[in-house]
Amino acid sequence: MSSKILNKMLSGFEGKQEDLIPILQSIQEKFGFLSEANVKQAARFLKISENQIFGVASFYSQFRFTEPGRNSIKVCLGTACHVRGGQILSDAVGRDLEITHGQTTTDKRFDFERVACLGCCALAPVIQINDDIYSKMSVIHLRETMEKYE
Amino acid sequence: MNDFQKMKNAAQRKWDSLRNNKIPVIFLGTASCGRAAGATTVLDTIRTTLKKRKIKAKIVEVGCIGPCYLEPLMDIQLPGKPRVSYSNVTPKLAKLILESNLIKGNPLSKLAIGYFGDSIDGFTDGLPRFFDLPMLKPQTRVVLRNCGIIDPEEIDHYMANDGYQGLVNAFIKGPLDVIAEVEQAGLRGRGGAGFPTFRKWKICRESPGKQKYMICNADEGDPGAFMNRSLIEGDPHAVLEGLVIAAYAIGATKAYIYIRAEYPLAIARLKKAIRQMKKYGFLGANILDSGFDLDITIKEGAGAFVCGEETALIASIEGKRGMPKSRPPFPAVAGLHGMPTIINNVETLGTLPNILRKGASWYSQLGIQGNSGTKTFSLVGKIRRAGLIEVPLGMTLRKIIFDIGGGTLKPFKAVQTGGPSGGCLSGEFLDTPVNYESLAAAGSIMGSGGLIVMDEDTCIVDVARYFLDFTQRESCGKCSPCRVGTRHLVEILQRITRGEGKIEDLDKLQTLGETIKRGSLCGLGQTAPNPVLTTLKYFRSEYLMHVNEKHCEAAVCRALIEYRVVPENCTGCQLCVSVCPTEAITGPRSEVHNLDPEKCIKCRACYEICRFDAIAGDAIIIKSKRG
Ligand SMILES: Cc1cc2nc3c(=O)[nH]c(=O)nc-3n(C[C@H](O)[C@H](O)[C@H](O)COP(=O)(O)O)c2cc1C
Ligand code: SF4
Ligand code: SF4
Ligand code: FES
Repeated sequence: MSSKILNKMLSGFEGKQEDLIPILQSIQEKFGFLSEANVKQAARFLKISENQIFGVASFYSQFRFTEPGRNSIKVCLGTACHVRGGQILSDAVGRDLEITHGQTTTDKRFDFERVACLGCCALAPVIQINDDIYSKMSVIHLRETMEKYE
Repeated sequence: MNDFQKMKNAAQRKWDSLRNNKIPVIFLGTASCGRAAGATTVLDTIRTTLKKRKIKAKIVEVGCIGPCYLEPLMDIQLPGKPRVSYSNVTPKLAKLILESNLIKGNPLSKLAIGYFGDSIDGFTDGLPRFFDLPMLKPQTRVVLRNCGIIDPEEIDHYMANDGYQGLVNAFIKGPLDVIAEVEQAGLRGRGGAGFPTFRKWKICRESPGKQKYMICNADEGDPGAFMNRSLIEGDPHAVLEGLVIAAYAIGATKAYIYIRAEYPLAIARLKKAIRQMKKYGFLGANILDSGFDLDITIKEGAGAFVCGEETALIASIEGKRGMPKSRPPFPAVAGLHGMPTIINNVETLGTLPNILRKGASWYSQLGIQGNSGTKTFSLVGKIRRAGLIEVPLGMTLRKIIFDIGGGTLKPFKAVQTGGPSGGCLSGEFLDTPVNYESLAAAGSIMGSGGLIVMDEDTCIVDVARYFLDFTQRESCGKCSPCRVGTRHLVEILQRITRGEGKIEDLDKLQTLGETIKRGSLCGLGQTAPNPVLTTLKYFRSEYLMHVNEKHCEAAVCRALIEYRVVPENCTGCQLCVSVCPTEAITGPRSEVHNLDPEKCIKCRACYEICRFDAIAGDAIIIKSKRG
């Protein structure tokens, strides 16, 4: 099933080396992560080895190799957020979800990542849940904010 | 060019109809920062209120006008009246303002913060002009001139404000004169190093190669900086027009925009703007009958700070790991696919249309000798008026931080300029004029324009540790001084913040820092130790206090602080009890609470929630682990 969708997606690319990262980005966009099967198929299409693909993908922090949760929570640890308590938020999220960043909760409700800056530094500290950005966050509002996501 | 005039006239009519409006116009700042502050829910409220009250009005979504701390910002312009701006608008407030303005004709001037254009007696009574507000008045808006004013998704709004006139002028001049104009303007790259823009263009133009490439660096990897995001979101056509002008000057027919994936709104706006440009004939084959062809491709970054470095960025576009290469050859000679390539920053490009439109001599009069023009900064951290600003180069840090930013709440401690490659400057540098050379002389750099203000609640050692931790994780690992050295620096700094530092550590930080600077291949490693070296120099006493007395005055370093209840202030309201994750706080209602330091994990929740300063500010005591 997924291989058909992927085939269709791949047919939109020329198959040059330059397409590698955009291909991985579209795979992740569609499937949420880079599964081994998908990487294999992309390797065949680009006529390079799977190892080469993993070599490139692992260099970039955007790519994930495990299934994400139903919701993604990102805590900003940029400079502005750091001086306004981003680390404290990050710890609180980890404690609440009982995972560390880079992991997904066992019930798949949340995955948790730390990011370098969300570009809303004037309203620091900032967290992002799915596509929603919450500014001037505090540990107090964190839990009620997270509770909005099932 | 005939067509251009026609398009321009049509655009002007559209813009005029907005300004001489027959129905109310509501402007709302919905850039990422506005959205983060709640602009989307305000937008929903505006729509439902208009619908429910059956009011005809036009809603215009604009970009960020700068004072992010006032967001969401909503402006209302009634027919024949000036545009009046309201700040910190909640859905409830939006409803109140709309009903008062649109139904009762009462502008609620008391709630407004300023107006645009001409004052009308009895309507803008006592209100200041928006651009006369203390945060705006000392600024000079060149690059940001349209941000927050026009609808960024309307190419006609851009054109009515002299958009694409710079490009037309460039075509009339020809590439060599464009380069000469940029040389006379004295424009230096705004991405960090401040290299004269014309010089690298010239090298690229003169380098042989059948295909040349023009790249816009919109990676903005510097944490705490958002100038580039704001410009793209607020005025994408300005950046794109600059990109076409630059490509024309160097003779590139293919352009790329390398933009970080964390900026989805900016990416969407660029895509839309590119479609509009194609429709208007500003992209594609034979642009405006000039004989010049150009295509633009957007490449999304994949999350690696080092990819902001030119050679790494090129490798990343080519589909490889983003590893820097040693130079020469410079990209201007051999870049993307081995061809002559120019990489310019978003703001550099956003400046070009202005220079081509108003001329080099106009531009070079802004700023100071050798540092002409304006620079945008993101003014953030412990500052009263945080946001995006633009000032002429040469303005002092004091004017920026205190006049524009309104200063700090607690006493000022330091300002960090230039991001992870920059340094922390103490109060004695406040009268330093901001320009490339003076900041470098102080041991910091201009960088891309992040200004992070710190007050007494910020621990300098912790900030140095933060930056090193960042660069260490972002090092591509190619050179060992950078890879191993930064890791070592982080370890030492961590020890110090844990209260386990030794006095010899300070010398180690110094020598190691110098070694990394000398031995690294790219700018990341060459500048990574700057935050440590500058703080060691200007804030040595704070390091000494951590090392000798195990004392963190700012109460940031966790191992060195302890939370406690201030008995005089505690009312026994039990709020803290309800938030403490470890049941460290106990106490019967209405009596002074007890905090068990053994159970406390220093999550700060009680501190944040207490309304009586009973676990607040100075109430954090620093446990001195002497001996
Ligand atoms: C590690 C590193 C990260 C960088 N990140 C950026 C960036 O995010 N944006 C940018 O414009 N320049 C960045 N630069 C500088 C660019 O490599 C380059 O000098 C700049 O884009 C040139 O444009 P300009 O001449 O218009 O300033 C970075 C440099 C280094 C060494
Ligand atoms: S200095 Fe650091 S980031 Fe730059 S090439 Fe060397 S290891 Fe990579
Ligand atoms: S800091 Fe956190 S763990 Fe410690 S007492 Fe306060 S709420 Fe409890
Ligand atoms: S530092 Fe957190 S949004 Fe920029």
